[in-house]
Amino acid sequence: MTIPTPDELRTLVQAHIADAEVDVRLYSGDDHFEMVVTSALFVGKSRVAQHQMVYAALGDHMRAAVHALALKTSVPNEN
Amino acid sequence: MSEGILDKIDQLVKSKDVVLFMKGTPEMPQCGFSQQVVQVLNVHGVAFTAVNILLDPEVRQGIKDYSNWPTIPQLYIKGEFIGGCDIVTEMHGNGELAALLAPLLAS
Repeated sequence: MTIPTPDELRTLVQAHIADAEVDVRLYSGDDHFEMVVTSALFVGKSRVAQHQMVYAALGDHMRAAVHALALKTSVPNEN
Repeated sequence: MSEGILDKIDQLVKSKDVVLFMKGTPEMPQCGFSQQVVQVLNVHGVAFTAVNILLDPEVRQGIKDYSNWPTIPQLYIKGEFIGGCDIVTEMHGNGELAALLAPLLAS
């Protein structure tokens, strides 16, 4: 299972969360990702539910290749 | 994966106020993310039950099925799944965790 690239992860997320804005970067080595996903679909959802949506979108990539993903989710113009 | 493991996990998280499923122990965490959550809990000075999933492969998989969450660590407060390292850290930063733990610290 090769390590996915940030762009691959962005495409995966956007394939499932159509309006998602995805800022994803690699940090500290090649299998730790930092990702911020913003989507209107998160509105009204708990933070856990928001993250589960992203994990579901990442699917197998999440389990096999990405040892650890530092994930942050937010709704559009939240702050 | 036996039904028993989900019941075992369910009973544990509902019988203790704060339960942390982690890699390693609070004294010897085996993963940076687990260590980070331990440190956050220590900052709040809240007592918690730590479960080292490295010792039990059935719990290691069972907890991911129980919460539908693919990674470890996992924090539970009053039987409710709060989140992994990211969410706990974010809640620590914005005061949500302190509010959640306050009643436990008062007693």
